[in-house]
Amino acid sequence: MSVSVLEVRDLARHFRGRGGAVALKAVDGVSFEIAEGSTLGVVGESGSGKTTLARLVMALDRPTAGEVIFAGHDLFAQPAAELARLRRGFQMVFQDPYGSLDPRMSVGRIIAEPLHLEPSAPRGAARRARVAEVLADVGLEPSDAGRRPHQFSGGQRQRIAIARALISRPRLVIADEPVSALDLSVQAQVLNLLMDLRDRERLAFLFISHNLAVVEFLADRIAVMYRGRFVETGPAEEIFRRPMHPYTRLLLESEPRLASGRRRARPAPLREDRAGDWTHACAFAPRCPHATMDCTARTPAPTALAAGHDVTCHHAGKI
Amino acid sequence: MSLALENLAVHLGARTLLADMSFRLENGATLGIVGESGSGKSLLVLAIIGLLPEGMRAEGRVLLDGEDLLALPESALCHRRGARIGMIFQEPSTALNPAMRIGEQIAEGLIWHRRIDAAAARAESLRLLDHVRMPDAARRFAFYPHELSGGQRQRVGIAIALAPGPELLIADEPTTALDVTVESEILDLLAELVAEARMSLILISHDLGIIAGMTERCLVMYAGTRFEEGPTERILSKPLNPYTSGLLAALPERAPAAGERRARRLAGIPGNVPSAGRLSPGCRFADRCAMAIAACRPAEPAWRALEPGHGVRCIRAEALL
Repeated sequence: MSVSVLEVRDLARHFRGRGGAVALKAVDGVSFEIAEGSTLGVVGESGSGKTTLARLVMALDRPTAGEVIFAGHDLFAQPAAELARLRRGFQMVFQDPYGSLDPRMSVGRIIAEPLHLEPSAPRGAARRARVAEVLADVGLEPSDAGRRPHQFSGGQRQRIAIARALISRPRLVIADEPVSALDLSVQAQVLNLLMDLRDRERLAFLFISHNLAVVEFLADRIAVMYRGRFVETGPAEEIFRRPMHPYTRLLLESEPRLASGRRRARPAPLREDRAGDWTHACAFAPRCPHATMDCTARTPAPTALAAGHDVTCHHAGKI
Repeated sequence: MSLALENLAVHLGARTLLADMSFRLENGATLGIVGESGSGKSLLVLAIIGLLPEGMRAEGRVLLDGEDLLALPESALCHRRGARIGMIFQEPSTALNPAMRIGEQIAEGLIWHRRIDAAAARAESLRLLDHVRMPDAARRFAFYPHELSGGQRQRVGIAIALAPGPELLIADEPTTALDVTVESEILDLLAELVAEARMSLILISHDLGIIAGMTERCLVMYAGTRFEEGPTERILSKPLNPYTSGLLAALPERAPAAGERRARRLAGIPGNVPSAGRLSPGCRFADRCAMAIAACRPAEPAWRALEPGHGVRCIRAEALL
């Protein structure tokens, strides 16, 4: 039986507009688990709530409702000191390797920063040894600790960000679009590195990306997020081979792939997202070719269509 | 219309940022230009349309129906640029004027290039907005760019490029800023417009999937020069340059399918794209190339045609045949 590192239950984050009415349900009733050594990939387009979800799991934001349970501890029920202690166990890698590293600090200082979370943070030679160790883990040289971020390329900077995430020996790494800013040849290097770390250190990953191929490569399980909800979750192979939710299908059809051949010149259907359209019970209904009256009246609930494969759609299995 | 580049190069002081660019684009043909950041894709486009930044100097010839654009005075170039070549930029939110209604932005080009009056330009702008499938075009005509979604803004960008009725459309990463479902719609629209008006298309992208779907021929650039050019299908299935094969191997979608999930790794390419100032003599790719031999180092490989209509810059290309 695999050990659950992260458990998220009915998590919600609503933002209120003027007058106090709920204006945006950025995350709206999301539940999942991530086991040791496994990766949950979250795919979704801009505005789907991916980054808000990451911030909640990192305890950088408080949820409107629900729980984030890391290694058996409910993060939002902890006193500050205990939360700080727990933070060593989950770390984050951000999208932008230029904005996420302080340009005035040396790489060694950047990487060692999370060590302040430890009660007796190593100093001097011990600290340098830890920094050298994680630099080697991500394929950089120990001597790189003395250099500054601007002396590195985008791919190397992302390695530095990963080294910083690893130094406190976390069990969970939350990666929000970690390869989106990288060139294809460098993206492959960083993806390989993340895969090695997962297998070698038994790290659990919450891997967020808009790029389906990247998520497919790394994730064991995939959650497709739309307007704050998981509309489909399941084993990665299942989602790509037998997508059940109309939105997942639209995503997969839309993605430009080498094998899809020449694009036919055909009239483009109008299926652009209409931001602020909250009148439908199913948020995807306005863009959905299968939508019926039911979809505007009743909110669909996640339904298991196969073992571990949940779909939030009234018509799933019938289309 | 035909466009021919002959030995186009771009210099900044003593540095050469773009070297030995030659290709031909016939009427109604589609060419994809692929390359990673720093490969010179965008610089190439700016050189073609004569919009190089201050201080940069273009050399060689850019022939539009035999007329060298580089030799034209700015006033004549300005006319060719707008009327015959339409340009679509990556980021529609910065390419549009934030303080001007979108209808007026489309009409501006019409009044300037087609010399029609304001009322006629207004009617034509509305028709163009409809043509690029702007939902509810008549109402959105009076919108400012910030009132539109990213996809809608790119539709406006396309309408502006189409307004003077160009024969050549150049799109520089037109969908990079967009979500994948919107991207697909914009690409469908572009493919349709180009086919319907028999326009030629130069499409620049770092995404090989987009190049595969949109173009007949493809040009692969690396570190400021061309590395391979030929039929898109051929290049993406059996490339003759190790850099192209490296790019294909780095694609996550090319990794083996489920079952071997845990074992597979991406091939990738070691190292980084060199910057223009730091090129070693010899082949620009040699330091990262798995096939490099001693003969790759002394001098830069010359461009050569290996098959009819398929050129390559690599002395080891035969090994990939």
